[in-house]
Parts: sequence; structure tokens; C-alpha cells
Amino acid sequence: MDTLNYLLQGFGVAFTPLNLALAFAGAFIGTIVGLLPGLGPINGVAILMPIAFAMGLPPESALILLAAVYMGCEYGGRISSILINVPGDAGAIMTAIDGYPMARKGLAGVALSISAWSSFVGGVVATIGLVLFAPLLANWALAFGPAEYFALMVFAIACLGGMVSDRPVKTLLAVLIGLSLACVGVDSNSGVYRFTFNDVHLADGVQFIVVVIGFFSISEILLMLEESSIGQSIIKTTGRKLFNRQEMKETNPSTLASSIGGFFIGVLPGAGATISSAIAYMVTKRVYDKDGSFGKGDIRGVSAPEAANNASATGSFVPMLCLGVPGSGTTTVMMGALALYNITPGPMLFQNQPEIVWGLIASLFVGNVVLLVLNIPLVGFFAKMLTVPNATLVPGIAAASAVGVYSVHATTFDLVLSVAFGVLGYLLRKLQFPMSSLILGFALGDMIEQNLRRALSLSNGEVGILWHSPVSLTLWIGAVAMLVGPPLLRRLRRGRAALAVG
Amino acid sequence: MTPTLPLRASVIGGLLLALGAAGAVAAPEKPECIAPAKPGGGFDITCKLAQSGLQESKLIGAPMRVTYMPGGIGAVAYNAIVAQRPADPNALVAFSSGSLLNLAIGKFGQYTASDVRWVASVGTDYGVIAVRADSPLKTLKDLVAALQKDPASVAFGAGGTVGSQDWMKTALVARLAGVNHQGMRYVAFEGGGEAFTALLGGHVQVYSGDVGELAPQIEAGKVHVLAVLADERLPGRLGTLPTAKEQGFELSWPIVRGFYVGPKVSDADYQWWVQTFDKLTADPGFAKLREQRELQPFTKSGAALDAYVKEAVARYAALAREFDLVK
Repeated sequence: MDTLNYLLQGFGVAFTPLNLALAFAGAFIGTIVGLLPGLGPINGVAILMPIAFAMGLPPESALILLAAVYMGCEYGGRISSILINVPGDAGAIMTAIDGYPMARKGLAGVALSISAWSSFVGGVVATIGLVLFAPLLANWALAFGPAEYFALMVFAIACLGGMVSDRPVKTLLAVLIGLSLACVGVDSNSGVYRFTFNDVHLADGVQFIVVVIGFFSISEILLMLEESSIGQSIIKTTGRKLFNRQEMKETNPSTLASSIGGFFIGVLPGAGATISSAIAYMVTKRVYDKDGSFGKGDIRGVSAPEAANNASATGSFVPMLCLGVPGSGTTTVMMGALALYNITPGPMLFQNQPEIVWGLIASLFVGNVVLLVLNIPLVGFFAKMLTVPNATLVPGIAAASAVGVYSVHATTFDLVLSVAFGVLGYLLRKLQFPMSSLILGFALGDMIEQNLRRALSLSNGEVGILWHSPVSLTLWIGAVAMLVGPPLLRRLRRGRAALAVG
Repeated sequence: MTPTLPLRASVIGGLLLALGAAGAVAAPEKPECIAPAKPGGGFDITCKLAQSGLQESKLIGAPMRVTYMPGGIGAVAYNAIVAQRPADPNALVAFSSGSLLNLAIGKFGQYTASDVRWVASVGTDYGVIAVRADSPLKTLKDLVAALQKDPASVAFGAGGTVGSQDWMKTALVARLAGVNHQGMRYVAFEGGGEAFTALLGGHVQVYSGDVGELAPQIEAGKVHVLAVLADERLPGRLGTLPTAKEQGFELSWPIVRGFYVGPKVSDADYQWWVQTFDKLTADPGFAKLREQRELQPFTKSGAALDAYVKEAVARYAALAREFDLVK
């Protein structure tokens, strides 16, 4: 029962007044940073890190503060997704698909509260996973080589199939636009610059945030402007701020499954909140969407990706704590923070400085509770954002977006690029191209290509490597099941119904 | 510059007095260190080292900001400084041997090494070739022998693309074995962390990277170092690691870290930075800060650094031609 002892010790650390106050402050700041489009957990942590150090906080307190900010961002990202259809951070892209329609239907309060709840479930499930299985999971992360990542991406693409149903041609075209944007930049397998037009600004490719801000934020602004010129439609909110028991029951299975799945994907250093929330959304849609309610404001489409992105954020601590390898962009920055204190995360940390590891883990529990307590009462406050007139809201979104884009490269080039994407996005949205498919094409395309080519250069071009390991084989089987399963089930059900009638 | 408060004037006056030889030039008002990468990497460390060093030694009055301008291992920042802020005495930009390599290959756009003013280097890291602790390869000789027997039997993994420093190190190892660099298996990962994970997972057999970032993993006993690519053994706790040279291989790969300023920064301001860094690097407190960041001493400034940079760029360009990276 060593683990329990350590955990209790950890709670001892987390419950000191200073650390508790820091968890509160971090959770609040994180929620706000996460809510602002363009600013995500990396920015939040990077901004607070030097402040924490300058304040002379002890290492465990600094880590607690930063972890609370990280968690807070994952919570906060959903708010702008749901209310204004602009994802607050990368993990919240999928949340907008059903969250925004819910808000349009007047259910903003319900969407916000159920997503706060599922974020909480995701965070807690993942933290429990972290406590129980961290060292084992480190091996899971190691089992993933290029071939396994490739199989995972194929699985994700197979899940994407679920999104094709509405407008197949436009969905595929959107994916292709995303894929081609992903081709820009240095090709790491040959060192050649592709589609950079000899401009150094494109040397590292198009940045994810630029694509997200352009296609979601800027294009949304343009839509809002168009709307204002023809008279803004006011969205009413119903009185109900909280989800009811029926809704909770409805979301429970998918929330739990997404939490577990999201955690496992989060543990992998090569996949993150974007991939995990996308897979969670699409699997949930595949399994539960029988009447085409997804995409039109289905509550399960809100809770599943939120559970997954929070679980994945927590999961990314596993490689950091066990292997000394960052599990996500944010944990990279956190490792930098630890370096300031002369602490090197890695296998020795559990033995040498258990108070830091367990203090952090305990603070993840505390942080999630704080965030839930903070977020539920604030639902009404955030929902008021809907009543803000466009004349005030649009400049706000524009400013936050510009800050977010500029903060990546500190060059105006990215600003111009994101506006260009915004105009393109506006046109595409007018033509009813799904933006989320475009983003997934962009995110997955890059990883698919990289990992396929890595795998093939490992095997000297021999294709068999792609399904040789048990992990990749399982993923391939899952992918096939995702493709043929749902239609097969439908046919079976229909057949049985016909039999019953006959 | 025009000090507004008498207090400030006296502080700066004192600083000037202390500087003595610097003449009438004062410290830049808003010093800024541009790390041409995302937060958390080597450039960030370089800037943070200057930031904390200058602050602790009180060589500058105003605190130095660290800002980030990632892209092309320094290409974006290089272009921004040369084209947009050539005369800004506040902006110090971090560079590494990786930037010089890309500069040599022509990946910095139209600009060359003569387009900025090289201020000072603050330290160096060294290349490292490592394997997993349980690998049958025990020495660099084993690796070279394995490559000679079958170049395809070993997969190298690293965080850099083909043509990057990490790749160069592996290509040089291949050259030692008399193997064509096109015959070796090299897998480019997204950063050293992913490459290292692939090494631990057994997906690649040999890791090419920098010894500083690998130090914690070496101490944890996860990896076995085949060779540090330095001429002499490193001081301190990393001194147990064998160099390539002592194993009979002429292979050395320092990763120098330092700073430059824009081409039109005045001579006086440039000299102020050079002298400030001379003072800083001579400070015993700085040696400790450098050590904390896993960097080894490598101190050059002004004309000496300028000569070193140009010599390195020429050397890299020759290597790039040899390895068919440029035509």
C-alpha cells in the first residue's frame, strides 16, 4: 500500500494553504486563457512559469500552479467553442460541432455544465489511471513506434468515415485541403523544403494555431459581420443552466469510454488532445448516432470530446514523470520549468523526489474539483456572452485571435496568413464545407505522412512493418471494425426487424 | 538615450563608470533576447542563461525579456533582424551551430554569415552517439563494425531532419565506417524526446543528439553512450563518458551557443554587448549557471567569434557538398 501512503503524503502537500490557493488561482487563470481563442495551455504555462520562479515558489508549488493552469485551459477551451463556435484551444475543436448547435437551441447552459462535468470525469479518471498504472503505461508509450502511430492514425481516419455521411464530396474535399496544407514545410526525411516558395516563414510549415484561428475564428468573425449587417439574430437561453439526470444518464457511458480512451492516447508522446478528442467524438458518433442527431446539438457530442481532451492532458504527464520525455507541447514547457529548479523529470524522480511527483498528482485531483466547483456556478455568467452584441464581441475575438497567432512566431506573416485562411474559410463555410474535417485532415495528414515514412525507412521500404506488432495489428482490426461495423449492425438490425414482422 | 529620473541617471552613470572603457554608450534600455524557437528548447536555454547571468551579475540595469520567434532553426529570426530591425541595439538573438549549418546550406534565404554582427558565445554542447543500456553495441568501434558488415542493420533515430546537425553526426559515423550516407537508415523524429522514446522502445537502435539534453537519461542508466563527439573528455560527472577521439576516430561535433545583433547596430552598442559578455563569461558565478544548463565552456566574442562563425560556416558548406545536401 505504498501508493496510498504516497498519495496521502501528496494530499498533505496539495492541501497546504499556499498550494490550495495556487491551485485556485491557476484553475481560474487557466479557464480564462483557455477560453480565449488562440491562447492555449502552452501560452498559459509559458507566461506563468517565469512569474512562479520569480515569486520564489518552491518547486512543488510551482508545478501545482502550472498543472492547474494546464487543466484549467482544457476546461476553458470548451466555453468559446460552445458559445461562439470558435474553439478556445486545439482540444476543443470537436466540442464546437455539437456544442454550438446546442447553444443555438437555447441550451447553452446545459452544454456548458455537462461539458464541465465530463471534463471533470475525464480529469479524474485519468488521474486515477496515473496513480495506478503510471510505470506500466510508460511501457505502453514505448510500444508505440512509427508503425504503431501510423496504425493509430489509420484508425482515426477510419473513424472519420463517420463524418462523411452528410456531404461526402465536400467532406473529402475539406480533408484534402487540410492534407495539402500539411504538406508545406521542411520534409524531415529528405531535408527538402516543400511548397515554401523560398519564404523562410514557411520553413517549419503552416502552424496549427494559424490554421485553427483562420478557419474557425476569423471566418466566424466574417460570418458574424455578415449577420450584423442583416440584423443580428438573438439567441435565447432557456432558464435551465444545469443538465438533468436524464441527460447525465445518456452521456455516462460515452463520457467514461472517452475518458479512458483519451487517457491512453494522451500517454503517447506523439498524439495529443486534438487526436484524442477527435477519436472520442467520432467513435461516439459512430456508436450512438442512429437518427442523425450528431452535428445538430447532441449532448453526447459535447461530453465525449471534453472528457477525452482532459483525460489526454493528464495522460501526457505519464511520459514526463516516468520517462523524462514530454508528452505534449505543454509538458515540454513544464519540463523547462522544472529545469529552472534543477529538477530533471524522469525515472529517478519517483524515487528521489516523491513529494514533487505525488504532490503534483494529488493536486491534479484537487485542481479538477476546484475547476468543477468554479465552472458550474459560472455557467450563467459565461452564457451571458451570448447576449453581448456583435459590435463588442467581434473586436474582442479578433484581438484575442491576433494575439494568439502572433505569439507563435512573433511575425506579421502568420497574421496575414491566418486572415487569408479566414477568408477562404468563410467562403468554404458559405458553401457548407465542414471545417472540422479540414482541421483533422491537417492534423492527421502530417502525422500519417511522417509516421509512414519513418516506419518505411526503419524497415528499408518493407511494408510488412506496418502490421507486424500486436499493437498495430489491433489498431488495424479496430479500423476495419469502425468501417464495416456500423453498416453491418444496421443491416442485421433491419434484417431482424424484417424477420419479426414476417 | 535620455534618462528621465535623476535616480535612474545616477544608476546608469554608475554603470558607465563601472564599464569604463565602453565610452559614452550605456546599456540598452529594453534588452530583449530572441529565442528563435518555441519555449523549452536549446535556444530558450541560451537566452535564459544570458538573462539570469546578466541579472545576477548586475551587468544590465533593466531586466532582459525573452521572446520567441521560431522557424527554420533561426531562419525566421535572422530574416526579421536583418530586414526589419537591423539597427535595434536592444535585440540580441540566440544562435547555435545548428543555425550556422542551415545558414551554410542556404536555408536562411538570401542572407549570409556576413549579414549580422556576431557578439559572443556563452557555451557549447557536444554531439553524442548513444544506444539503449542493453544494446549489444558497446563502443563506437562496435557500431562502425556493424555498419561495415551491413549498413542496413542499424537504424539511427534523432530529432532533426535529414541535413540537420543530428543527421550530420550519423553521416559522419557512416563515413568513418566507409559506408555511403545514402545507404544508412536514418529516421527523423519530431524533436529529441520522441527520438529518445523510440530508442527506449527498441524501434531505433542508435540515438544521435546532444550530450547535455541526454545527461539526465545517462544518469538514470537508461542509455549507454558510445561516444561523446568532443576532442577531450568533459569535465565533471560526464567525464566518465568516452570520446570518439580516444577510441581512435576523428569525429568531433560541438554545438556552440551564442548571440548576434543586427547588421546596422552602431559600433559603440556592439562593443558594449561584446564587453558585457566578456565580463559575464569571466564571472565565476556565470560558470555555475552554465553548468546548471549542461553547457561546457566555449568563450569567444567580437572579432574572434566572427572568425569562428565564418570558418564554421565554410566547414559546414564543404560537408554539405560532400553529403549532397547542396548542389
